[in-house]
Amino acid sequence: MTAVITAETTRRPRLRVKDLRLGAVLAPLAVGAAFLGGWQLAVDGLGIDPYIVPAPSAIWDQLVAGRSNIIDGMVVTGRNALIGMLLGGLVGVLGAVLSSVARVIDQMAVPLVAALSVVPIVALAPVLYTMFGAAVDTGRIVVAAVAVSIPVYLNTLRGLRQVSTVHRELMATYAATPTQVIRTVTLPTATPYVFTGLRIASSLAVISALIAEYFGGPVGGLGKAITSAAASSNYPLAWAYVTGSIVLGLAFYVVTLLVELWFARHAPPT
Amino acid sequence: MRRSLRAVLLGVLGVLLVAAVWDLYKAFGPEQGVLVGERVLILPRASDLAMPHTWEMVQRLFEPATGLRGAPTALEAVLEASGFTLSIAAKGWAIGVAVGLLLALLMSRFKLAESGLLPWVVLSQTVPLIAIAPLVRRWGAQIEFGSFTWENEHSVALIAAYLAFFPVAVGGLRGLKSPARTHVELMHTYGVGWWRTLITLRLPASVPFLLPALRLAAASAVIGSVVAEVSIGLRGGIGRMVVEYAQSAGGDPAKAWAPIFGAVAVGLVAAGAVGLLTLALRPFRLTETSR
Amino acid sequence: MTLTDPVPHNGPDNGSDTGPDTGPDTGPNTGPNTGPNTGPPAVAAIEVVGVDRVFRRRRDEVVALSDVTVSVAAGEFVSLIGPSGCGKSTLLRLVADLDTPTSGTISVFGKTTRQARRDQDYGIAFQQAGLLPWRTVASNIELPLKLHGVGAAERRARSSELLELVGLQDFGRHHPDQLSGGMQQRVAIARALAESPRLLLMDEPFGALDEITRERMQNELVRICRETSAAVLFVTHSIPEAVFLSDRVVVMSPRPGRIVDIVKAGGAEMGTSHERTDEVRDAAGFFHTVAAVREHLHGVPVNGARGVESR
Repeated sequence: MTAVITAETTRRPRLRVKDLRLGAVLAPLAVGAAFLGGWQLAVDGLGIDPYIVPAPSAIWDQLVAGRSNIIDGMVVTGRNALIGMLLGGLVGVLGAVLSSVARVIDQMAVPLVAALSVVPIVALAPVLYTMFGAAVDTGRIVVAAVAVSIPVYLNTLRGLRQVSTVHRELMATYAATPTQVIRTVTLPTATPYVFTGLRIASSLAVISALIAEYFGGPVGGLGKAITSAAASSNYPLAWAYVTGSIVLGLAFYVVTLLVELWFARHAPPT
Repeated sequence: MRRSLRAVLLGVLGVLLVAAVWDLYKAFGPEQGVLVGERVLILPRASDLAMPHTWEMVQRLFEPATGLRGAPTALEAVLEASGFTLSIAAKGWAIGVAVGLLLALLMSRFKLAESGLLPWVVLSQTVPLIAIAPLVRRWGAQIEFGSFTWENEHSVALIAAYLAFFPVAVGGLRGLKSPARTHVELMHTYGVGWWRTLITLRLPASVPFLLPALRLAAASAVIGSVVAEVSIGLRGGIGRMVVEYAQSAGGDPAKAWAPIFGAVAVGLVAAGAVGLLTLALRPFRLTETSR
Repeated sequence: MTLTDPVPHNGPDNGSDTGPDTGPDTGPNTGPNTGPNTGPPAVAAIEVVGVDRVFRRRRDEVVALSDVTVSVAAGEFVSLIGPSGCGKSTLLRLVADLDTPTSGTISVFGKTTRQARRDQDYGIAFQQAGLLPWRTVASNIELPLKLHGVGAAERRARSSELLELVGLQDFGRHHPDQLSGGMQQRVAIARALAESPRLLLMDEPFGALDEITRERMQNELVRICRETSAAVLFVTHSIPEAVFLSDRVVVMSPRPGRIVDIVKAGGAEMGTSHERTDEVRDAAGFFHTVAAVREHLHGVPVNGARGVESR
């Protein structure tokens, strides 16, 4: 005999497209449009030199005209940033796993992590080119990887320590082996945090790869293009490349955000 | 006491371990590095030029910075430049924190402001500063009122502020929105308006979110300062020193590492100083839930 | 049905056992027989003898449990009740081998608590449901089975069976965050039953639920115990809950944590713990027993149930 208990409510799942309020989508677009409009008016109205700041319309013209070059640049920088992000993410996760297992390693890593979290990527770029050669992209990839490894390390370490007491004790009552505990509880608990770290690091990867291009390395990439456009005084074109880098950074951010939301879809709110 | 001593010793051991790995690789690694395919290096070149010995790096600090007579040691030069950059970063941090807090207040007060501004705040960090810095200098050069002229320093401080405002705005917003609904409704039943609620409830509740954000902002301000210094070429800062010493790395590879250590030191000092502030605000970090 | 109350501090009973108890139970098998067969006495589910648990923290010492002796027979339902700090949850955790006593012994089905845990002789339900949020409801119920190497088909069959038992047949594919608190607790109980344990340990599992859901869950639990014949050690704050569910109610008091008394809940009106229905909640015998437990909790000796005419 079964007892069916009806009329109990279930809670709705998290983020759904139709739940987004119209205002939340329109407001930022309105702000952006107002900003661009004001910028255009200021440049036209006050007759500002493109040397100081070009008009959005001029930038748009260059964007459209040079779009294949801009996309090429985005591909090069984006590829370096992506490989760097994957490498850095892997190193960050492995390091965090080691640190969560052995407190000794965690304490030994503290100064290294602290130093890497404050080092300006700019400062590392020249020495990395000497170490890895200036004819290839490796130096840029390493720069991006270093930049990404720290947020991923810190967030993953936090996630590995978030196992709740009730889950830990439940596993104890099941006499679960350490491997079973890691597979059934620790890893799934930590996974959303790994992707939070990746999201935080995503635009950082793009910026780092781009900045590294300023210090040498092979031709190709948005950084190189910005410098050469600026050097030939074609400021609207330089800004067009800057726009490309913003779009690239945004793309990285949005993708990692979606991945993070997917992995955290059933997690309790933190 | 014993525990913190142990932590410090382990930290030092960690640094020594990294140095040991560096030099071991240098001793046994291939001169040309480990190649994949024709030209792609996946492990660095172990030559003296590419990877100086760790003790050479330390040693170089105590030798004269340049070949000129009466030149200070590299360490002294780095320290002076570090102090200069630190002072600019501090100004940038202060501006960034002020702007960030204002934005956080605005966004917490008006939902529309949050919807409209927050995405742009997040997007602002995707702009490559190294491209923007020269523009900031150009814009600043147009500004002249009274006896105030725009110096390069101000451009650098502004870039530092640009990087610093983001964690404060985001962390501050999260903190101001953090009080539990029951607390907010309690204030409502006392007939307390938005401003008083802010002072008595939201600001204290935001402290646990603001403190890490302030620390992060300090580190970001330093990074921003260094990047801007490189881009603008500001004399006297550690950023320019990085580029200068790197240029002479062909003959003097260990020298290039000195300003890197300096930049790291500046960042750590900045973050540490804000960390000390954390201690002063300790009571506000307690939460209601019992353990 | 008699209203006379011959025995000072127990609920009225019809003399089916060995006479009035005057102190904590000692030795095995002093609980009432709950099954029809009265063959050789089965091994006690839980035997706690002279257990102390002292928590030492820097300079303070907290005596959570002091000289606690109690037993739970096979198939018996025993509640632990008392104010905060009386050590009831501590005692449950000691039985579950989540903690070790400072002195004294505990045996579960004749084994040490460690061995009983290794042999998976009990199922446990905590105050928080503790469901793994990334697994579906069915997958959560299957968790202990999966950990102990049960095959997929068998697991699925068992989880469907258990979902039916707790009335959540349609929710197997849902995730915990889509369920209300009461439903989550039911899943937790289903999970505790997954390996058909002979002993259930429950730490205030209905604590976070509203009264209406609580009573419903209590009825469910009675039915489940009847169908599985498991022994239960149940920690609660609620006197009516303890009396409704149990064969015996162990009353504890704090500072130091110790057993004050053990009240029998049974008799003609109430029946065994397997026979409790909603009607029992209105029975006079029920109120007498609740009053008796309450008196012990308040430390005042019972002189007879008040508000009821005695002849």
